[in-house]
Amino acid sequence: MNDMSETMSKTIGDAKKRYAAGVLKYAQMGYWEPDYEPKDTDVIALFRITPQDGVDAVEAAAAVAGESSTATWTVVWTDRLTACDKYRAKAYWVDPVPNSPGEYFAYIAYDLDLFEGGSIANLTASIIGNVFGFKPLKALRLEDMRLPVAYVKTFQGPATGIVVERERLNCYGRPLLGATVKPKLGLSGRNYGRVVYEALKGGLDFTKDDENINSQPFMHWRDRFLYCMEAVNRASAATGEVKGTYLNVTAGTMEEMYERANFARELGSVIVMIDLVIGYTAIQSMAKWARANDMILHLHRAGHSTYTRQRSHGVSFRVIAKWMRLAGVDHLHAGTVVGKLEGDPAATKGYYDIFREERNPMALENGIFFDQEWASLNKMMPVASGGIHAGQMHQLLTYLGEDVVLQFGGGTAGHPGGRDREPRGARGDGLRPQRRTRHLERGRGHPARRGPDLHAAEAGAGCLEGRDFRLRLDRLARLRPDARSVDVTRSGACGARTRPAP
Amino acid sequence: MKLRQGQFSFLPDLTDDDIRVQAQYAIDNGWAVSVEYTDDPHPRNTYWEMWGHPMFDNRDAAAVVFEVNECRKEHGGKYIRVIAFDASPGWESMRMGFIVNRPAQEPGFRLVRQEGAGRVVRYTIESYAAREPEGARYA
Repeated sequence: MNDMSETMSKTIGDAKKRYAAGVLKYAQMGYWEPDYEPKDTDVIALFRITPQDGVDAVEAAAAVAGESSTATWTVVWTDRLTACDKYRAKAYWVDPVPNSPGEYFAYIAYDLDLFEGGSIANLTASIIGNVFGFKPLKALRLEDMRLPVAYVKTFQGPATGIVVERERLNCYGRPLLGATVKPKLGLSGRNYGRVVYEALKGGLDFTKDDENINSQPFMHWRDRFLYCMEAVNRASAATGEVKGTYLNVTAGTMEEMYERANFARELGSVIVMIDLVIGYTAIQSMAKWARANDMILHLHRAGHSTYTRQRSHGVSFRVIAKWMRLAGVDHLHAGTVVGKLEGDPAATKGYYDIFREERNPMALENGIFFDQEWASLNKMMPVASGGIHAGQMHQLLTYLGEDVVLQFGGGTAGHPGGRDREPRGARGDGLRPQRRTRHLERGRGHPARRGPDLHAAEAGAGCLEGRDFRLRLDRLARLRPDARSVDVTRSGACGARTRPAP
Repeated sequence: MKLRQGQFSFLPDLTDDDIRVQAQYAIDNGWAVSVEYTDDPHPRNTYWEMWGHPMFDNRDAAAVVFEVNECRKEHGGKYIRVIAFDASPGWESMRMGFIVNRPAQEPGFRLVRQEGAGRVVRYTIESYAAREPEGARYA
């Protein structure tokens, strides 16, 4: 593929020919440079391209490079007023996608000067701005990006980061536990706060507004914030722990979001939340606000599946994760491997590594196509959410490690022990006390003998409380300290590998 | 009430052997284990009193259990915790923390509400025990 330096894909540099009337191929304009060695400061994008029938893959790659950088459909004489060689993106490698006829990986390098520092909006306006509706392609997917250190350093990064978040919460050595308040719409502020209180008092660290809880007729935002903070403080006094609830400040304008966020701060909340749909610039603004106000910033990836789900078109979630680490959020949902939103374990490991590691060595099996240095940008806390429950605790720890928020929504409130009952105030007098006792006794005994089925079958004792999860977590760690952490591959010197080994 | 801070706070109290296993896990990870105590269990009381420095070069968790028991002799009526520090780049902070000793009675916390403008309430959490002077708490 990369040897096809036929005359038709050779750059036409001679000015007379190049600027003569007529239409050139993109490859001929110089957007295909198979000999190009990407610089350490180049931004590199890896696209999966599906050319229309009859369109050559190299020409298609060159077209993507062109349309995402300097080109328009023809050569313009005004190019000659600039150092246009520098500003042209260069497609430098095209490879058929294994087992996917008609699809190709196209590696494209962009000079750093094409981008404004510290602006996801500017980066994305180039890379995904114009090119996704481009006619010569049936489909186009942005699979991965290599962001040079020089560019990474122009971003704030996560406002708080995993380490400082743990320090603020005084919580080490175990996953954080959370639950989304359900039903997600319709509860009044007072009832909503009840769920928050019970879940936090039961042992969870966090509760969470859902993505579409903003300020609706059944519960306006100030009401929610006031009742939630009553619940948080009551639970904190009942347990002696720092507790939090992700107050969703998503709103129609920045002014409104700042107003809500400031009110959350005034009430003493440790965390606020935004939705991905507010847009990259709004996210960056909220990240700055969070850094300035000692606030953890949770991002719910609402809407991402509209462009991350299809294998042949859109933007991979690993790219969104990289952008969000630059943009500066502290929490981001990242999949669960198990649970209702099933994800491939290998790809999910790739996402988690992007969130939490200092550097990501190329790992094609996890969908990491480039070595990526994070230049000491804070780490993001991944949030595992969607149909998970306490019975899967051992699997979750194995796959996800301990630096993660395990988010049990339906799994907490929908617990068989609690569903039909009025929530209990004191957990000691909760349901089936004898089962509780057995749990405790097992903590002394040999729970390691018990398999997953037994775990699941016994999920009966937790009712509307997080205690069950904490109990399981504690017990697992006590008997198998090594079960707490998953192997994190930090191996390998990171040169600047920018393409797979030939 | 039972103070729920740290790891394992939903389990029955840890035995000395439990403590040894956990401390050895920390040591094997290259973390420095330390013993701290306090009579002010406020959730935001970051700085508990240090029972000596973190045991940076200690390879044997039995020494940690020994220090815990020495600390218990003097501060058995207070909270004692074992913590582990990770000095590796990118962390440089605690990696573990769990309570290994509690006062016989844990009176818990009072939630003080100060009514503000509108319906805003300012909350203060106050340990009942910490109303007494230092040293006289948890008699």
